[in-house]
Amino acid sequence: MIFLELFWTFFKIGAFTFGGGYAMLPLIQAEVTAKGWIGEESIVNFVAVSESTPGPFAINMATYVGSEMGGVLGAVCATLGVVLPSFVIILIVAQCFQRFKSSRVIRGCMSGLKPAVIGLIASAVISISTTVFIPNGFAWEIFSQIRTYIFLGIAALALVLAFKKLHPIAIICISAVLGIAAGYLGFL
Amino acid sequence: MKVSWKTLWQVFATFFKIGAFTFGGGYAMIPLIQREAVENRKWVTDEDILDIITIAESTPGPIAINSATFVGYRAAGVLGSVAGTLGVVLPSFLIILLISYVLREFQNIRAVQYAFAGIRAGVLALIIKALWGMYQKCKKNLVSYIVMAAAFVLAAFVDISVLPLLAGCAVFGLVTTLIMERKAKA
Repeated sequence: MIFLELFWTFFKIGAFTFGGGYAMLPLIQAEVTAKGWIGEESIVNFVAVSESTPGPFAINMATYVGSEMGGVLGAVCATLGVVLPSFVIILIVAQCFQRFKSSRVIRGCMSGLKPAVIGLIASAVISISTTVFIPNGFAWEIFSQIRTYIFLGIAALALVLAFKKLHPIAIICISAVLGIAAGYLGFL
Repeated sequence: MKVSWKTLWQVFATFFKIGAFTFGGGYAMIPLIQREAVENRKWVTDEDILDIITIAESTPGPIAINSATFVGYRAAGVLGSVAGTLGVVLPSFLIILLISYVLREFQNIRAVQYAFAGIRAGVLALIIKALWGMYQKCKKNLVSYIVMAAAFVLAAFVDISVLPLLAGCAVFGLVTTLIMERKAKA
């Protein structure tokens, strides 16, 4: 039953995404890519779409994967799933906020969760790099292929621009133009 | 609490607007919430906004959902939280639904494939930048370095699932915090 599966998968993702935004990537890779629902390449493409459209990454991702797997109803199930854990938790926290704020248990758990998310995203960066630079698996030929250096160049330029605080949408547009140019020049 | 339809509608409409105009998500929406929910509607105070940020940092889920639920609850109880959350989710839901159909139609065009090949390299850079920002904000001590390294190595090189890994790190953080606090007391 795909709808139930979508709901449950995104419920788990919603319940374990601490730190917002890209903290979700490792979970998406583990739960969505591993199931074979959507390839890693599409996930990375979709990160760009999500950066260029309003709304939080988590909602965008759930709606996208849900709609790919089960149409409109699938999108509803996945989005409901990803929203529900935070919705319920906030309702509970709103009742006992002072206790929550000074809770040692919460503080302790967070002191483990925050660095864990950083380690997990770092590992996601490795696997996304593989998708970007060696989509067909590693072979020594990649060092003699001009496309490898083009992608390295685009990534390096984008990194410099990102640290210069250029808006993500501008960086995505520049990368797209460079990709199109390289493609039509026959380099890809 | 007696809740009027008008208040519920206002909560929904306010968060719909916030959801529709926040690009990139996360903290980008805080100033918008502050203006709409604090200054215009007076549903919450500036102090509440700070509290929301604290809560959002230690609860799962995007800050958009966390704050819509919290402000909605303060404005109009449980129904208000439903209205706020629905409002903030709906714009992205509709837009992405539309885009996913468009993407499916256009993904076989050569120019689009070239564009996305370039974009993937750019996205990698955006993620690295975000990772660096998170690293800088994280408290640095022995425990956090151990957890970072362990999570990285286990996720990258050992075939372990992410959820138990996160749960394990939370327990590890809890235990070390409690031990250190006991030591500090003694």
